Amino acid sequence: MYPSRFRYEAPHSLGEAIDLLRMGGDYAKVLAGGQSLVPLMKLRFASPELVVDINNVPGLDYHRADPDGTLRIGALCRHADLERSALLASTQPTMAAAAPLIADPIVRNRGTLVGSLCHADPQGDWASVVMALGGSVVAQGPRGRRTIRAADFVTGPFQNVLEPDEIAIEAVIPAAKGIRSGGYLKLERRVGDFATAGVAVAVETLGENVIRAGIALTGVGGSTIEATAAAAALVGKPLSAQIIEQAAGLAAEVARPRSDHRGSAEFKRHIVRTFVERILTRADATAERAA
Amino acid sequence: MTIVYEDHDDQAASDVPVRRIKFTINGQKKIAEVETRLLLAHLIRQGLGLTGTHTGCDTTNCGACTVLVDGRAVKSCTMLAVQVDGREISTVEGLATASELHPLQEGFKEEHGLQCGFCTPGMMMAAKALLDSNPDPTEEDVRWALSGNLCRCTGYQNIVKSVLWAAEKLRS
Repeated sequence: MYPSRFRYEAPHSLGEAIDLLRMGGDYAKVLAGGQSLVPLMKLRFASPELVVDINNVPGLDYHRADPDGTLRIGALCRHADLERSALLASTQPTMAAAAPLIADPIVRNRGTLVGSLCHADPQGDWASVVMALGGSVVAQGPRGRRTIRAADFVTGPFQNVLEPDEIAIEAVIPAAKGIRSGGYLKLERRVGDFATAGVAVAVETLGENVIRAGIALTGVGGSTIEATAAAAALVGKPLSAQIIEQAAGLAAEVARPRSDHRGSAEFKRHIVRTFVERILTRADATAERAA
Repeated sequence: MTIVYEDHDDQAASDVPVRRIKFTINGQKKIAEVETRLLLAHLIRQGLGLTGTHTGCDTTNCGACTVLVDGRAVKSCTMLAVQVDGREISTVEGLATASELHPLQEGFKEEHGLQCGFCTPGMMMAAKALLDSNPDPTEEDVRWALSGNLCRCTGYQNIVKSVLWAAEKLRS
């Protein structure tokens, strides 16, 4: 298999890349890690006339925390960089749990978090994680920069709100106001398969009480699902067994799984409930240790 | 170096997008003219005649086409040849010297790490990337590092043993 013909440019600056996109119009695609785009092009699901490879643009491979704790992940930061990150291991439990579960180790060497968000696959893991953390995407285009909440970034399966001449240059995770805990769990038939179901939970506690919570679901609907009612049920209270059970039930209710070769809808909904419970029960233990 | 492409359309030759790239493969410097849509796996196999790199699934699953680009393991069926401009590639052919097998190759021989051998080049290159960064891996480390490479014969037990054998030999 090989892609249909396309013009290829590998600019050395963001400005050049945006100019190329502006002239390429609707038929241009940005290539970062390429671990979803190249397979799509080989299968001819995507046939761009112009591919703008941003791998030669310097200064996009970072992930770093601002002095206030805001985390920034550049467009060329690979999954493997995040998997090995001491910063994530110490400050971002949900992200640190997700990084080693993305695809397989070789794909993680190339693929990027920002690219995964742009690809907007309902079974993409990072979208749930970033949504649960209340994160956003920074886009740059000819009219400057804008920040888009992750929850507003994706409009449907494989669709996002980027204009044809915009590039997603960074993902941003806001600083925690309390002690952060949470996790990401994914059921997959084998390493590298798409999620049968995945659950991202991010919780912040201050003293006994949860002051912020986010829950998002992977692979159980037409796009990533934000379980807002489930998250809201946690806020303002300690993480008791009763509250955890309630949140897990609410999360399972908003899941919209379909029966397929990975399992029945009922099974997937059950997995969502179990994963929410499991992560929150552990989060409770983490918060106690940290307190 | 010449790559001959199948011609399935009426596009004029002058309209076919082609790029000239420079790269190093197994220590040798090369210049190639490639169609922009050529995959790295095809540059290696058809362009350079290095058929040790296998294309198995062609869908980023199996890892048989794994090579190292600037020291990092990548699936060469999922990278464009134009993207290796200015970069260094290592394939399974670069492991052995003229007179000696690489410890990984010896390990696969000693521990019976292959049966049909199709996945072996990818397994060895993924293992090479692991041992380059972690010379003393645990069994778990090896299993983790090879989890993107599929084998349909061995059941993996002997592949893991082979890599551990090589790690020990490289350390001594």
